[in-house]
Amino acid sequence: MAKRSIIPFGPQHPVLPEPIHLDLVLEDEVVVEAIPNIGFVHRGLEKLVKTRGYKQYVYVAERVCGICSFGHGMGYCESVERVMGIDIPRRAKYLRTMWMELSRIHSHLLWLGLLADALGFESLFMQSWRLREKILDIFDATTGGRIIFSVNQIGGVLKDVDRSMLQEIDKTITELEQELTPITNTFLEDALVNNRLRGLGVLTKEQAYTAGAVGPMLRASGVDYDSRETGYAAYNELNFGPIIAIEGDSYARTKVRLAEILQSFEILHELISKIPEGEIAVPVKGNPKGECFVRIEQPRGEAIYYTKGNGTKYLDRFRLRTPTTSNIPPMLDLLKGCQLGDVPLLILTIDPCISCTER
Amino acid sequence: MDRLKKSPWMLHYDASSCNGCDIEVLACTMPRFDIERFGIINTGNPFHADILLITGGVNAQSAQVVKQIYSQMPNPKVVVAVGICACTGGVFKDCYNILGGIDTVIPVDVYVPGCAARPQSIIDGVLKAVDILEKKKEAQTHE
Ligand code: SF4
Repeated sequence: MAKRSIIPFGPQHPVLPEPIHLDLVLEDEVVVEAIPNIGFVHRGLEKLVKTRGYKQYVYVAERVCGICSFGHGMGYCESVERVMGIDIPRRAKYLRTMWMELSRIHSHLLWLGLLADALGFESLFMQSWRLREKILDIFDATTGGRIIFSVNQIGGVLKDVDRSMLQEIDKTITELEQELTPITNTFLEDALVNNRLRGLGVLTKEQAYTAGAVGPMLRASGVDYDSRETGYAAYNELNFGPIIAIEGDSYARTKVRLAEILQSFEILHELISKIPEGEIAVPVKGNPKGECFVRIEQPRGEAIYYTKGNGTKYLDRFRLRTPTTSNIPPMLDLLKGCQLGDVPLLILTIDPCISCTER
Repeated sequence: MDRLKKSPWMLHYDASSCNGCDIEVLACTMPRFDIERFGIINTGNPFHADILLITGGVNAQSAQVVKQIYSQMPNPKVVVAVGICACTGGVFKDCYNILGGIDTVIPVDVYVPGCAARPQSIIDGVLKAVDILEKKKEAQTHE
């Protein structure tokens, strides 16, 4: 038997934007096991519900993660609204969906950039992030924030977006679609990218299902599941279906994410043409009593929000299961048997978000 | 600041942030804000770095890493705390696992406020840090 050695990977590592630590057990160049060690960004957010009122906690929920910030705020608000039986205005639902889809585009573009960087394509990295800036500009114009914009509130949203602004967004998205084409082509057709990604880290349908993968990771392995179909916000009034690929390798995961960006463009066009007039929030009185469980499809996959109220201003419990938490076990499966040099790329293909995972 | 005497390299570490400030730090290195026009390069190696950008408050586990990275950097060095979390603990101040701002474990030279800190203010903070770096270097040569 070849000699075994253990290489520590992280928490501070050039390819990792966020700290996670892995002990890689190697036999020569091949990884036989990866042992994760987390806790570098654990803050203990869930417990803050005891000291922050349920309306105030929206701002904390948004800071679970800076990339899916809007989604976390929305998930939390949805769960409290369902406990309290609040029906928010339709316009608010549409606006939430709009910001959610814009977040998805921004998150996937960010990921594409990081992937390009891991492949050594610096200019592609910068191009992806250049497009992402346009989405951030929309956030900035509609809400006043680039990354964390706090527009959710229990009972609706805080800011309205007028007709001319919506048209402007529609226009920007159309431009973005065109600008994305050359980037898509490079990712999907460039021989170098193809060589690196095809066949790397194959996760079969069964593996994905049993290990509990979620989001693009699950869909790239051929499982037809997207929790947007459960119909929160305005998704039940819009036309879309899960995007799947069957190969289950890193290439498929890239392909699914690229297709999801295009799908989000479609959703946004439809949404802007359909958005109803009306109020953007309803007044909220009383305190939540009871419990509720909500699923939201974040860019990285399905997130689950659990809320339990006891009739006072402070919730009893708020629990969040984030997509990366469920994607870590399949990632460890992927790492078994891969080359040491592919480890950074494989970790990246699950699109890890450590600050969500550890909260 | 009139002119930089050297091109300082920066290192970024996420002590315990929400990610918001980290992506803004990365956005600074992109063509739109382009911190590289000042000759500043983002490196991954503490032994090469002059400026340490830290985001997020510290917790017991990351405090060790922060101290280690800081001690690995060559002298003179400057530390920039990016975002309100890194300055004081911010929204997470009352969390059971947050010790407080970065200055609870290592000395901080520049505090950049904001949640998330905007790229413009991050760049401003880094340039202030460069000034401080120059001064520290002068002080060192006079010793
Ligand atoms: S200051 Fe705000 S955006 Fe920055 S890490 Fe802290 S919570 Fe996140």
